[in-house]
Amino acid sequence: MRPVAVIGIGKTAFGAFPDRDLRSLAVEAGQKCLEDAHVSPSQVEAFYLGNFAGPSFVGQNHLAPYIAGAMGINGVPCTRFEAACASSGSAFFHAVSAVGAGLYDLVLVGGVEKMTSQSTPKVTEILAGAGDMKGEGKAGATFPALFAMIARRHMYQYGTTREQMAAVAVKNHANGAKNPQAHMRKVITMEQALAGKPIAEPLTVYDCSLISDGAAAVLIAPLERAGEFTSKAAKVLGVAQTSDHVALDEKDDITTFRAVVEAGKKAYKMAGVSAQDIQFAEVHDCFTIAEIIAGEDLGFVKKGEGGPYVLQGCTALNGPRPINTSGGLKSKGHPVGATGVGQICDIVIQLRGDAGERQVERHSLGLAQNLGGSGATAVVTILGAA
Amino acid sequence: MTEALLEKPVETALNGPGPGTVYTETLIFAAPEQFVKDAPYQLAIITLDGGGRLTARIAGDRVAIGDAVEFAEYRDGIPFFRKS
Repeated sequence: MRPVAVIGIGKTAFGAFPDRDLRSLAVEAGQKCLEDAHVSPSQVEAFYLGNFAGPSFVGQNHLAPYIAGAMGINGVPCTRFEAACASSGSAFFHAVSAVGAGLYDLVLVGGVEKMTSQSTPKVTEILAGAGDMKGEGKAGATFPALFAMIARRHMYQYGTTREQMAAVAVKNHANGAKNPQAHMRKVITMEQALAGKPIAEPLTVYDCSLISDGAAAVLIAPLERAGEFTSKAAKVLGVAQTSDHVALDEKDDITTFRAVVEAGKKAYKMAGVSAQDIQFAEVHDCFTIAEIIAGEDLGFVKKGEGGPYVLQGCTALNGPRPINTSGGLKSKGHPVGATGVGQICDIVIQLRGDAGERQVERHSLGLAQNLGGSGATAVVTILGAA
Repeated sequence: MTEALLEKPVETALNGPGPGTVYTETLIFAAPEQFVKDAPYQLAIITLDGGGRLTARIAGDRVAIGDAVEFAEYRDGIPFFRKS
C-alpha cells in the first residue's frame, strides 16, 4: 500500500443547533476541509460519508450524493458507511485503503449526525438499534445500560471505582472548556460528577456523552502528492478496522473490547510503533468506563489499571500521555456519525501545533480510537507529523 | 408466546431458560420510548447453568453479580428472571 496523508480538515462546532439541518452541517465541514487543503470540489475523486441514523433521526436516505451534490461534487462515487458510532471511522478506513491501493488520489471523507431534533427517549430508542434488537434491545437495554453493565463487571473484576470513572468526566470537561468548538464548555467538579442524576446504575448523566449535532471532514491523498496542496499534511502511519459480536451477551469477557485490542495491534504493526510510543490520543469515551477500558485495550496500561491511570492524572493535558484533549465525546459532543472523523481532525490539529490552550508538548505521534456499538466495530488510526 | 415458540426449542419456550447466575446487571432510569412506563427497571446478563448467556429483565427483588437466579416468566416475549 502506498503511504497516505491527511491534507485537509474541517469541522463544524458540535452542539444543539435547532436551526441547522443535517445537510448544511455536512456541507459546512466539507467546504472548510476543501478550503483548508486548497482543493476545489471538482478535483475530488470520491466521497466517503459516515452516518449512523440519518434516515431515523431526520427521515433522509441516500445521504452521500445528497450532501456531495450540495458541495459541488458530482459524477464520482459517493457512498454512505454505517457502523454505529464508528461510522465515519469506518468510512476513513475504507477511504485510506482505496487511496493506498491507488484507486483514487483525492478523497473527501465526511461524518455527520443530526440528533437533537428528536426527544431523548426517541434518541435512546434509535441508538439502541446499534445493539441486538432481537435480544438485549427487546429486553429494554439502552446504550447507557449496556455500558453500565460493562462498568459493573469491570468494577467487580478489577476494583474500578465511581471516582475513577468520574475522573474521566472531570478531565474531559476541563479540556472541552478550552475547545471553542465543544458542545458543553463547562468545567465540572468531582463532587458534581459523583452526584449526577442516575441514567443506568452505576452511570450518572456525567458518565454519558452528549446528544449532539455536528459534522467533520478530512481530505486524504497519496503522501507523495501532499506537498502540491499543503505544508500541513499529516501522515496516516497505521489504520485498522475490526469487528466482534454485536450483542453484549455473546462476548466472553465484556471488560475488554476484543475488536479494539485487535485493531490496535494491527495499527501499531502497520505504523511500526508500540503503544508506549504514542504521545497523545483521542479515544471513544461514549461513557466514562469506555475511556478507562480504551487505555487498557490500546496497551497504554495493563488490564485493570485503566481507572487509576486516569485518576492519577496520567492522561491530563499536562500529564505524560494526554487523552481526549478535545474534550472527548463527553464534553466536545458525540454526533455519532461525525465522531470518528472528528477525532482524526482533533489529532491533526495537535500534530500541526494549532490546538491553542489545549496544545500538548509532544505532538508528533497521535492515535485515534473509534468504537461502534458495544464493541462490534473498532477503528484505530495512528497519525504522525509529516 | 407464539413468537417465542417459533424462535426457541419447544421445551425452552414452555419451561423457560435457566437457571443461572447474574454475570452483570444495571438499574435503568432513562428508558427507550417504549419502556418509559417501566422505569426504573433492572436488566441483567445471566450466565445459564446449561451454558451461554442471556439478557433478561429481573422481577421482584434486585439482584447483584453472582446471585443465583431462575426463570420467572415471559412478558410480551421478554424473559424475566428472579432471585432463586
